[in-house]
Amino acid sequence: MKEKLSYIGRSLPRKDALIKAVGAAQYADDREFAGLLHAAAVRSPRPRIKILSISDARARRLPGYVTLVTYRDIKGVNKWPVVMQDYPFLPEKEARFAGETVALVVAATARAARKAAALVEIKYRELPFVEDPLKALEKDAVKIFGDDNVISSFVIKKGSVDAALKKAAYTAEGEFSTNYQVHAYLETQGAIALPESDGGMTVHSTTQCPFYVLDAVAAALGIPYHKVKILQTVTGGGFGGKEDVPALVASHAALCAAKTGKPVKLIYGRKEDFQSMSKRHPGWARVAYAADKSGRITACRVNYVLDGGAYSTLSPIVLWRGTVHAAGPYKIANVDIKTYAAATNKVPCGAFRGFGQPQVCFAQESLIDELAEKVGMDPVQFRLKNLLEPGDRTVTGQKLNSSCGLKELVQTVRKRSGWDKKAKPRAAAGDVATGIGFSATYYGVGLGAKGRYLDRAGALVNIYKDSSVGVNVGNTEMGQGALTVLAQIAAETLNAPYESVKVEEVDSSKVPDSGPTVASRTTLMSGNAIIEAAAPLRERIFKTAFSLLSAAGADASKKMVAAGGIFSMGGKSVDFRKVVAECWFRRLKMSEQGWYAAPRTTFRMEDGQGDAYVIYSYSADAAEVEVDLKTGVAKVKKIWAAYDVGRIVNPRLAVGQAQGGILQGMSWALYENLIYKNGIMVNPNFTDYVIATTADKPEYDITFIEKPYAGGPYKAKGMGEVPLIGVAPAVANAIKNACGARVNSVPLLPEKIWKELKKVAAR
Amino acid sequence: MKNSLLAADKGFFGISAAVNGEKKELSVRNAESLLDALRRHGWKGAKKGCDTGDCGSCAVLLNGKPVLGCLVPAVAAHGGEITTIEGLGSVHNPHPLQQAFVEAGAVQCGFCIPGMILSSKYLLDRIPDPTEAEIRKALDGNLCRCTGYVKQVEAVKNAAKRLKSRG
Repeated sequence: MKEKLSYIGRSLPRKDALIKAVGAAQYADDREFAGLLHAAAVRSPRPRIKILSISDARARRLPGYVTLVTYRDIKGVNKWPVVMQDYPFLPEKEARFAGETVALVVAATARAARKAAALVEIKYRELPFVEDPLKALEKDAVKIFGDDNVISSFVIKKGSVDAALKKAAYTAEGEFSTNYQVHAYLETQGAIALPESDGGMTVHSTTQCPFYVLDAVAAALGIPYHKVKILQTVTGGGFGGKEDVPALVASHAALCAAKTGKPVKLIYGRKEDFQSMSKRHPGWARVAYAADKSGRITACRVNYVLDGGAYSTLSPIVLWRGTVHAAGPYKIANVDIKTYAAATNKVPCGAFRGFGQPQVCFAQESLIDELAEKVGMDPVQFRLKNLLEPGDRTVTGQKLNSSCGLKELVQTVRKRSGWDKKAKPRAAAGDVATGIGFSATYYGVGLGAKGRYLDRAGALVNIYKDSSVGVNVGNTEMGQGALTVLAQIAAETLNAPYESVKVEEVDSSKVPDSGPTVASRTTLMSGNAIIEAAAPLRERIFKTAFSLLSAAGADASKKMVAAGGIFSMGGKSVDFRKVVAECWFRRLKMSEQGWYAAPRTTFRMEDGQGDAYVIYSYSADAAEVEVDLKTGVAKVKKIWAAYDVGRIVNPRLAVGQAQGGILQGMSWALYENLIYKNGIMVNPNFTDYVIATTADKPEYDITFIEKPYAGGPYKAKGMGEVPLIGVAPAVANAIKNACGARVNSVPLLPEKIWKELKKVAAR
Repeated sequence: MKNSLLAADKGFFGISAAVNGEKKELSVRNAESLLDALRRHGWKGAKKGCDTGDCGSCAVLLNGKPVLGCLVPAVAAHGGEITTIEGLGSVHNPHPLQQAFVEAGAVQCGFCIPGMILSSKYLLDRIPDPTEAEIRKALDGNLCRCTGYVKQVEAVKNAAKRLKSRG
């Protein structure tokens, strides 16, 4: 039975919607300061260069020009502190990808800064470079990272795959690849750095991860953390793209501010944002599955390579998540997974919604359909036979608890989509063939074993004298709805009216380092931290309410009921405002801090066995697709999806996340195609890099199956990434179902489908 | 053309335009975009998402029609009427479209929303009772990366109803 709740599970209005709708929300570039100077980046023109000299002689003649900033101006350590620390804030001798910031210029206006940047002369010598990640791993490749170009590598080993493959009744094998995905957050990267009189620095940053920014700015300037303050601006979209790189942008602004002693704004243009900021890694996977006569999957082998780009940034962590989930959400006794992140002289890739899972999920969920076909089973029946259930063990040997609704999700999507009637290949209507495809996925919520030292979060809850509640957390709002969901959790715990609770954008000086806002962890981590902070406040408020009600003559033998900001007992009631006033009158402490650290994980890097994540969310997708047989153009008509992300805190926001994730997944699957030629990005703009618009919008049918997670705030898990992961393979499987064309590479462009159609016709 | 600001600063000259119903003299740079000029003068509701006319975040109404502020030279607004998102409504008195976007859950990161609302305004000015296809077409030039484009369409439908009943 669900406990009675006032705010959890309700579609309460978004806290930040109105100020955004009237144009009053202050994104980074909207903030103005007296005496503000502007910076612009000078970028490397070629994939790999030895820097001989940098001269601003011509820029100096420009009106409004202030100064040039190079690595020589770095007072701290010239190493951006992210995971492996191979990325300098500014390069000293060598720049490793076209678009890398080599130096910065500062000028009186943004326009002058851009002009000046174009006038700065870099003298350089070109060095041999690596473009293809698979070639980068070959013995005779030019070495740009260590002695093998391997940024990192992981394994999962269980049982004997060779023996299982030998004994198998059926096997399926295939090679799959996926291209980059650009985050295309509508607000580009940017930061404003304000020097303080004590030698400190305050930085306004559009970011998912203010504490990464704190680490970086303190390191670059060589000043203690207590002299650095990071204020998150209203953030115009993130999707992973504002995880690590805002720290680099903010550090550059801070270096300029430190050198000039003036506030400096650095706002990226869209082209440089494309060229130099993080991306979804291109992925390549060779997958093999084996099944016995009855259709039980007996083995899975995966070789998975991510194109890491010129610096390691988050590649090791992205690769690890991909590794853990590479075999799919199935019971498999024999597993052999080997994965690599390869260095290339291209833009460094990092976090993007799904974080290394969508690439390999496309491969393995496409191949599951191929295996089902060989076994002679319907793809959904085949999945149902093999999917993980509560009590089962994942490929890392982790035993799943009761918060696993995967099979129910699959049954729900099967029923709602009319799968059983639609799955048999249909005759094309003229030139248009219609088909349906399926996928099932799981997603480890939070940072898991590889990021466990960062997996904690803080909260500060202040209840003011007028009973308004201020909440500070270390995780950010970037559009997903954190300010709203976390306010609901605070209101619920305190029995405060929802309207009286305000969660603020992050101020790094108010809460301890709460890790990054990634891995669908914010509701879980910051939510639990808020509950911990609010618990003693709740006790004081509830005791005070009880004594007020008793003093008013309420029958104390009756149970006190707290709901919707009102406390009532035996026919009497008192509201939150009066109770808080009384607490203050009694000089009770009305401010508390909370802290939540994720439970331990047991994963071993040597063999990939053990508990990888604390808890998993799940999804099932069915996509209905129309393919034009003459042109190969595919269009998604409808997506049915079901999710188990634990208890839903705000259904309307959850549906928003689901629809947005599906569209982003569909857009990647069908349209988005970033192109490199000879180490240079060819289409760094929205004219030539196409993302889905209203014209492409499919119909959505979304269902939540809420399997409560006891360790989550009000039994919630994590939502943000799950909706994207399974879309691409469901679409690819639908295309196969529609017209027989199996396309093994994302994006599923018309020309690729058309080529496969020719092969089908020739059979 | 009234050139009251011309003498003050080389490279700048004055234009006059009605911004959100108020007559203004604006100093603009040669070849400056309307978007940059508006933002420089404090109308920050128009956003710069790409500066190449692709994303629609900078859409404003010029003489009642949506234009991409990043592509239109500021001088083209001389003698014209400009409506920015700030001119539609405020936190205390939002326009029915702004209210409808909020209520439908159409606002996530919000960066695309000012442009979308202004595109919607132009649609409803012409077609008070649009079909879903007409709404989708009207919003086709406004990229959004957060949502699935469902709730904006709902919001425009709801706003149309509300505006109609208001008469």
